[in-house]
Amino acid sequence: MTLLGNFALWAALLFGIWGAVLAFSNRWHGRPDVALSVTRSVYAVFAALVVASVALWKGIIAHDFNIEYVWAYTSRNLPAGYLFSAFWAGQKGSLLFWAVVLSLFAALAQAMTPRRYAALMPYVAGVTSSVTVFFVAVMLFSGANPFERLPFTPADGRGLNPQLQNPGMMIHPPMLYLGYISITIPFAFAMAALLSRKLDTGWIHAMRRWMLVSWLFLSIGITLGMWWAYVELGWGGYWAWDPVENASLLPWLTMTAFLHSVMIQEKRGMLKRWNLSLVVGTFLLSIFGTFITRSGVIASVHSFTQSNVGYYFLAFLFLIAVVSYTLLYTRWPLLEADVELESMVSREAAFLFNNLLFVGIAFSVLWGTLFPILSEAVRGTKITVGPPFFNKVNIPLGLLLLVLTGIGPLIAWRKASVQNLQRQFAFPVGVGAVVAALLAALGVRELAPLMTWGLAGFVSGTITQEFWRGTRARIRMHGETIAVALAHLVGRNRRRYGGYIVHLGMLVYFVAFAGMAFKVQREATLKPGESVELKSPFGHTYTFTHVGISQFKQFNRYVSAATIEVARDGVPDGRIVSEKRQHFTVNELGTEEASFEPSTEVGIRSGLQEDIYIVFAGAVNGTEEAVYRFNINPLVWWVWAGGFILAFGGLITMWPGGGTMAASRRNAQAGYGVELATAGVEPQ
Amino acid sequence: MKPGTKFLVGAVLIVASVGFLIAQGVKETGVYFLTPTELAAKTTADPTFYDVGLKLGAKVVPGSIKRVSAVQQVDFVVSDGAKQYPVTYRGIVPDTFTDANDIEVIVEGRLGRDGVFHATEVFAKCGSRYEAELDKAAKA
Repeated sequence: MTLLGNFALWAALLFGIWGAVLAFSNRWHGRPDVALSVTRSVYAVFAALVVASVALWKGIIAHDFNIEYVWAYTSRNLPAGYLFSAFWAGQKGSLLFWAVVLSLFAALAQAMTPRRYAALMPYVAGVTSSVTVFFVAVMLFSGANPFERLPFTPADGRGLNPQLQNPGMMIHPPMLYLGYISITIPFAFAMAALLSRKLDTGWIHAMRRWMLVSWLFLSIGITLGMWWAYVELGWGGYWAWDPVENASLLPWLTMTAFLHSVMIQEKRGMLKRWNLSLVVGTFLLSIFGTFITRSGVIASVHSFTQSNVGYYFLAFLFLIAVVSYTLLYTRWPLLEADVELESMVSREAAFLFNNLLFVGIAFSVLWGTLFPILSEAVRGTKITVGPPFFNKVNIPLGLLLLVLTGIGPLIAWRKASVQNLQRQFAFPVGVGAVVAALLAALGVRELAPLMTWGLAGFVSGTITQEFWRGTRARIRMHGETIAVALAHLVGRNRRRYGGYIVHLGMLVYFVAFAGMAFKVQREATLKPGESVELKSPFGHTYTFTHVGISQFKQFNRYVSAATIEVARDGVPDGRIVSEKRQHFTVNELGTEEASFEPSTEVGIRSGLQEDIYIVFAGAVNGTEEAVYRFNINPLVWWVWAGGFILAFGGLITMWPGGGTMAASRRNAQAGYGVELATAGVEPQ
Repeated sequence: MKPGTKFLVGAVLIVASVGFLIAQGVKETGVYFLTPTELAAKTTADPTFYDVGLKLGAKVVPGSIKRVSAVQQVDFVVSDGAKQYPVTYRGIVPDTFTDANDIEVIVEGRLGRDGVFHATEVFAKCGSRYEAELDKAAKA
């Protein structure tokens, strides 16, 4: 299998080089046969990498511990599902995973892009193949080959890190990878547009859906990462501003900025240079994220170990930055804006500020993440900044962004009139004020959460108003029932109303994040029968009584399970179990050997108001006396809810159908009609 | 004023406030990240460098961990090979903090005048021990 795997990697490398050289040689102009050869090389790379992936999976499933990777990340007693995900659990396997998915996306881009963009496609193939070649080359030449063999065959493997033995871990990394990887396609289209000098909005139409796909994967991946951190790491929260978390947030921020500013380019022909810079920057940040994760230059809970693979990524990062910005510079004069900004009080201006904020947030996150390195280089001492820094900087910026989330969609293009402002904002501002006043009356005194929730009220007011006005117009114009009108409204203006649903999802995130300002925590050492009390931010009093510890063997682990009896306001409310797990593998003699450090399984009971979060930290000297940490975390459930809403909205915006240009234009006009009808007159 | 100019003013305002927030944030929340050798050099050069919030990155001296479960206190010694400091911490340590040899930790807290590092957070880095062994085995 390793022979086949190695052969497939080499084949992918050669096909990739062939395609890239042919594409950049420009020999395909007026030569359909050469252009076809470029396209086919993309499919060939994909086929070769599929063969390599199957070879690795076969090795994993067959427990071929002579393959170093299989030995290092699996064991005979590893549950089957985790055998599957062991493919991307380690550095080497994840590189192969990356390469095969990239080649899949590259092939899909070739196959699915409409023929009218044919002049871009060989360049697109050239860029995607170059990136794939880089990943394959790293595997083959930097000692990261997943098909490396050991000089002997161990009886059993080392097993998978228990923190990775979690259902979330089966989908969280691939989701993030899919997000990171798919950014390559918009980047390839941007490069193709620059190379071919076809700098109208064509390349944007060709790649916009890819950008949305990438954005959606990244959003889901980040949210799953939060969920994994929350249930598996056991420190009580879901976001710690860890460098690797930041690395995933950075491209998300610039991508979100792009998804907004691209609308200005489509409608008004402005911001062409800015948009291209954002696409390139997003791609660079995704490679940078990979570098951070793999190089170990910045201490993080879940980076791969220090290895020289990271430096290949650094070199690649610099190469791409130089090439793409040089290319952008040479095409600079072709990217003149069609019109100038007409008014500060316009949707364009709101979007411009929104972009500045996104990029500002991205910059501050990047700065904070790199600060230890920067300070050491400049001042000679390493200074680190942690969550307090990121919160301090990003809470005000996030709140400003929230304000713009409410303003942007309602304000008129070009120049808003006073009537426009009054008509659009009276209701939402009222909602926000009422929410803030109500919460203040209920005793919320902390400024940041109060502002967040008040602004959330304002933004939800704008979204509700948009949906209501659109629906009402349809009811009047077509005599539809509310449900039908709503369905048609969203279905025929997917981009716009899908976007609002995404905003609603973001809003729910913000509301939930602010809730964490009120979390409470208590540590205690309890003998069986003893209890502690904890008062929750929603005013409930919880009593936690330690029942006892039981020990048993389960799958590939020994479990110590500590049970807590919960009472809410004196009323019994069930039991919650938290576990300490010690995983083991079986050696040649058939005896069990402990593998890895013990791991904690947090006991969580999630609720709409607050989560009970119990960590069993260990028993005292082998007795049934247990050390616990109890957390009450408000509104955590809403983070996951926000994720679902966001994903749902994202799916609506990119749902195929109505896909041709003519149809989408018709839809846009239909939406415009609704706007006019509701506005009475005033076509801006 | 032209709208373009007005926008530029707004943009400069935003950029300036981002810059201000970053500078302010670093000033107020930045903490030193030192190795024991660097910390020793600091305290020698500046005798007032005690009770300053900092992070200390080092390895736990094998066998030095003492746990007082009843009060959830953990005492241990960290070293970078040249200098070492005793550390005391109250609270729950992460799973990765074990008695196994060669665990790397980052402790956040203050060095007291008594020469003991009073930690408020303990982060243990996992994996490196494991993967280093793995490399050794692979090369054998």
